[in-house]
Amino acid sequence: MLDDFMLRATLAGIGVAIAAAPLGCFVVWRRMAYFGDATAHAAILGVALSLALSTSVFAGAMAVALAMALTVTTLSGRGFAMDTLLGVLAHSALAFGLVAVSFLQGIRLDLDAYLFGDILAVSKTDLAVIWSGAGLVLLLMAWRWAPLLTATLNPDLAYASGIDPRREQLVLTLGLAIVVAVAIKVIGALLIVALLIIPAAAARPLARTPEHMALSAALIGTAAAVGGLRLSFLFDTPSGPTIVCTASILFAVTTLSARLLPR
Amino acid sequence: MRLVTLEDLTVRLGGHTALSHVDFHIDKGEIVTVVGPNGSGKTTLLKTVIGAVKPSHGTLSRAPGLRIGYVPQRLAIDNTLPLTVGRFLSLPRRHSAATMQSALEDAGADDLMDRQMTALSGGQFQRVLLARAILEKPDLLILDEPTTGLDQPGSASLYRQIEKIRRDLGSAVLMVSHELHVVMSASDRVVCLNGHVCCHGTPEIVADAPEYRALFGSGTQGALALYRHDHDHHHHGHPAHSHEHGDCDHA
Repeated sequence: MLDDFMLRATLAGIGVAIAAAPLGCFVVWRRMAYFGDATAHAAILGVALSLALSTSVFAGAMAVALAMALTVTTLSGRGFAMDTLLGVLAHSALAFGLVAVSFLQGIRLDLDAYLFGDILAVSKTDLAVIWSGAGLVLLLMAWRWAPLLTATLNPDLAYASGIDPRREQLVLTLGLAIVVAVAIKVIGALLIVALLIIPAAAARPLARTPEHMALSAALIGTAAAVGGLRLSFLFDTPSGPTIVCTASILFAVTTLSARLLPR
Repeated sequence: MRLVTLEDLTVRLGGHTALSHVDFHIDKGEIVTVVGPNGSGKTTLLKTVIGAVKPSHGTLSRAPGLRIGYVPQRLAIDNTLPLTVGRFLSLPRRHSAATMQSALEDAGADDLMDRQMTALSGGQFQRVLLARAILEKPDLLILDEPTTGLDQPGSASLYRQIEKIRRDLGSAVLMVSHELHVVMSASDRVVCLNGHVCCHGTPEIVADAPEYRALFGSGTQGALALYRHDHDHHHHGHPAHSHEHGDCDHA
């Protein structure tokens, strides 16, 4: 029933959803939504640079996303108002990216594909990159899970247990850059943060422990990816935004049922 | 046995000198309480000992393999983070259900294992923090105003619990407290802080020190009486320290 390109698209969506789930939980717990935005938007600049230099888009997006995330981490706690700083960085990264892309004459560039994703055009190589990136992020999260969670709870508790919260922050930053780089083809730079936050937020009312929440977020994200793709195929709508719409409907369902149904 | 030694330690935080030329040590099994007005660097001192704040001058040395149990002054758990008491106790290292249950009992929080952290009352929350701090049988238990937000009976019972833990585990206890009567009755040594060490020694010595009187006024007479009443027949082995750091009017 599924055409080959649909199968590839579905597998790509599932890969991103699974990698985004544990990371998205940390983005929610640590209130890093804007931080995610800055990282994701910077990736557009990375795309422009890598096209100009004829290198891999994945590598370019990841390098610039990582540079942005590290810049923000370094600047934080140095007297800047964090939301203002992130607002400045997120939007200027996007604007500079868009301007940089306009300089790329001679290269036919479908900007929409990078802003909103082009999941139906995922190639076998893309799929390999996506699943390697997703696997790497999952390994990273599994390895650092307990220290990350402790540092998220309270940096001083982490120090007292011999954990360096700044190192854990770096792990999270690296994971975020990888997810942004692999998700750009699937969901697009503008909506990556939605895929991080919405499944995690939808999982919150269902969960009693952090692990339970990450697992539920992975299931909800997968359902949104698979469901959203089917819906976009049926109604001929753009697939990235349709996936995000599906995730938000799931969010509304879990949140409302938690409010309405007595436990 | 020395657990932690600070020598000539100075800490600057964002251009402000929070601690200046502090000498401090804590030995195995003793209870040391830090007192001082708000902003006198009490919390900074504790954070330096756990390694969360880096000194800008001076040395900090800890006994090798020192296990620290830490109870922070405040722990805000975000509502987006689902966390049962049992899961909280197992951070960062997993413990068996039996170990966690006995730590909860030692802290006086028996039946809370499956509750959500955000659903606990103030007193229950403090006890769970204490339970987590003692799980790994720490050599040094550090408490930053552990009775914040508790009523009188609640805080009295928490202090009794802490003394019992010290007896049972042999942990040294380093705590910040505003409750002077507790300080006077339960501590082996008191350090009076105001950006620098104003005076230190046994509770009796400190209570008599003019520097301490200058900070806390004559309202401490009652506390001193309580201390004397409780400990008349005791003789503390700790020698009185001279207070060479001068007056408390600094800062």
